[in-house]
Amino acid sequence: MDFTFTPEQDALREQARAFLAANPEPSWKELAELGWTGVSVAEEDGGAGLTFVEEAVLFEELGRALYRGPYFSTVALALPALPGDLRAEVAAGDTSWTLAFGPLVPDLDLADRIAIVGGDGIYELEGAEREVLATSDVTRSLGVVRGGDPGRRLADAGVLEEIRSRSLAALAIEACGLARRALEYAIEHAQTREQFGRPIGVYQAVSHPLADAYTRLELARSLSLWAAWCVAQEGAQSDQQAPIAAAAAKAFAAEAAVQVCETAIQVHGGIGFTWEHVLHRLYKRALWIESFAASSTTLRAEVAASLLDATGSGSGVSQTPVSLTQGG
Amino acid sequence: MDLRDTAEEAAFRRELRSWIEENLSEELQGHRGGAARFEGPEMRAWSRALHDAGYAGLTWPTEYGGTGASYTHQAIFLEEMARAEAPPHVGVIGLGMAGPTIMAHGSEEQKTRYLEPILSAEEIWCQGFSEPGAGSDLAGVRTSARQENGHFVVDGQKVWSSFAHLASFCILLTRSDPESTRHAGLTYLIVDMHAPGVEVRPLTQITGEAEFNEIFFDKVRVPAENLLGDIGGGWQVAMTTLLHERGTLGFALQAALEVQVRKVAALARDRGADPLQRDRIASEWIEMQALRFTNYRALSKLVKTGMPGPEGSISKLVWSEANQRVTKLALELLGPDAALGEENAPYGGYWQHQQLRSRGNTIEAGTSEVLRNIVAERVLGLPKSR
Repeated sequence: MDFTFTPEQDALREQARAFLAANPEPSWKELAELGWTGVSVAEEDGGAGLTFVEEAVLFEELGRALYRGPYFSTVALALPALPGDLRAEVAAGDTSWTLAFGPLVPDLDLADRIAIVGGDGIYELEGAEREVLATSDVTRSLGVVRGGDPGRRLADAGVLEEIRSRSLAALAIEACGLARRALEYAIEHAQTREQFGRPIGVYQAVSHPLADAYTRLELARSLSLWAAWCVAQEGAQSDQQAPIAAAAAKAFAAEAAVQVCETAIQVHGGIGFTWEHVLHRLYKRALWIESFAASSTTLRAEVAASLLDATGSGSGVSQTPVSLTQGG
Repeated sequence: MDLRDTAEEAAFRRELRSWIEENLSEELQGHRGGAARFEGPEMRAWSRALHDAGYAGLTWPTEYGGTGASYTHQAIFLEEMARAEAPPHVGVIGLGMAGPTIMAHGSEEQKTRYLEPILSAEEIWCQGFSEPGAGSDLAGVRTSARQENGHFVVDGQKVWSSFAHLASFCILLTRSDPESTRHAGLTYLIVDMHAPGVEVRPLTQITGEAEFNEIFFDKVRVPAENLLGDIGGGWQVAMTTLLHERGTLGFALQAALEVQVRKVAALARDRGADPLQRDRIASEWIEMQALRFTNYRALSKLVKTGMPGPEGSISKLVWSEANQRVTKLALELLGPDAALGEENAPYGGYWQHQQLRSRGNTIEAGTSEVLRNIVAERVLGLPKSR
């Protein structure tokens, strides 16, 4: 058992953090040049042939940086449905994608191409009209598609379970990244802001909620990395736990991120409530994540069903598939 | 990153599982633990068997009777023991606290004299730290140790001491310099619990059992060679003890929580659960898994770097509050039967007992308030509140 990152994965995180700090709004092409769009694309298709664990490292950093772009919709949602030639285009940075599996489609303003779930398959949607809707998190859009025709058949609907696990795990670890940044702001504020002649972090009414925020975040991160590892195993068919791990991680991490942001806003006092401070943007992303795909309550209902309603052996938790479109 | 057992770890786990299956009697399985229940000879025999099989003191060096195994083996051992609902080795304080402290600060003579009988369960230890006036604020210790003709004379009172009524020895934190205050002037002693002037009085707790005790010391003579560390250096020695108290427990606690959650799910399947209760059961299952993987992260860091990561400090805090919620959820699932006393309640009163006992979890071995201070100050780097 080894639950640590490799030196290469640590280096990838450092590279990502430094790059995103210097380039807060990178283009799709720039991400491709860094190799990020082809992390899990096979080497013969121009990718790095790595796993979802490396992608999770990037999702965490992209969440931290509040990255605005079609990385989530392409890599977490669409990629498993794409045939090799189209994956190669993604790895090269020539195209980005999104996947329409519910009424609200993410990154519709930025993604080049649209895949859509229809019947027993996933198809490219051609000639559709896109309407981008206003979202409270302006860094990640939602929209609706109208009309259009199914084009090339991309994959069987069987890939939807993998897509669901990937996207839930990606959202979970992204939530951890943004929550970490919110917590760092709150800690720094509690160390330096003085009231009644002392830094407010000495007061346990301030420090204990921060300790709890840290605790929830560490738990969320453990679940998210577990889910990421399970998803990375999925290709090898050696781990059946990915659906339940991803559901558990997203349910917990989304709520934790919302709570951490709320604690951070409270600790900041008035300034935390302003448009000027970055906290509200982190908070809105956390709320976006909580609402997308399936809420924590919905995911817990699925976990409860697998725990309590499974027939046969009582430990059937790991075998129970979780449906993609529930709550969508 | 690979969350599976290595081939070698899997072999150890397999071997351990079959050993437990062969050696754990039905009477001992599901033993609820707690010092009050450790009195019978069968618990000593069980502990002795663990030692003979090499499972006591897994991480202790072989020269002191241990197995010299890795922390990962220790984690697997604690997990499998808890999953099998096997009672722990009776030497809880000796194995987890006194032994590691003696290994860190003791003389060769002390190591040779005291360590092996801890493993074989011939000698049980207790801890004399807390006092009526020194609980979370341990530096307020007042029990005195006066130096006199080559020995110490100890006077004072200790409290909340598990196993004191069974113990051969006590690790005792005393004030040797009457002029000193706080962390200075403290001295750490090994005290023979059968010495004249030592009196143990059991304290009955909220469950009706007596797991812990008061200890009174009236002019107890302690030989000079029973000093652990330096005169006046007791605080540093005590910190070693507390580090071990909180450090090695995580896996046993998580696995025990796993058993509780499994039982709550079984209870819900037996007696039904409404949608809100189902939501809470799922929540507890998820948090139990979160604790499990947080422990794994801490263990991996410990194995790789030799230093525990900050994740480790939250394990006991999370477990204690989770165990309180889970046991209370079980009572809710029992409906009106929850009010029945242990004699008449379903499942032999298991849940009534567990729920009441769980209230101690956020107090013993560091209150949740103290643990939150530790996280805030040492992990987050917030200014000290005192």
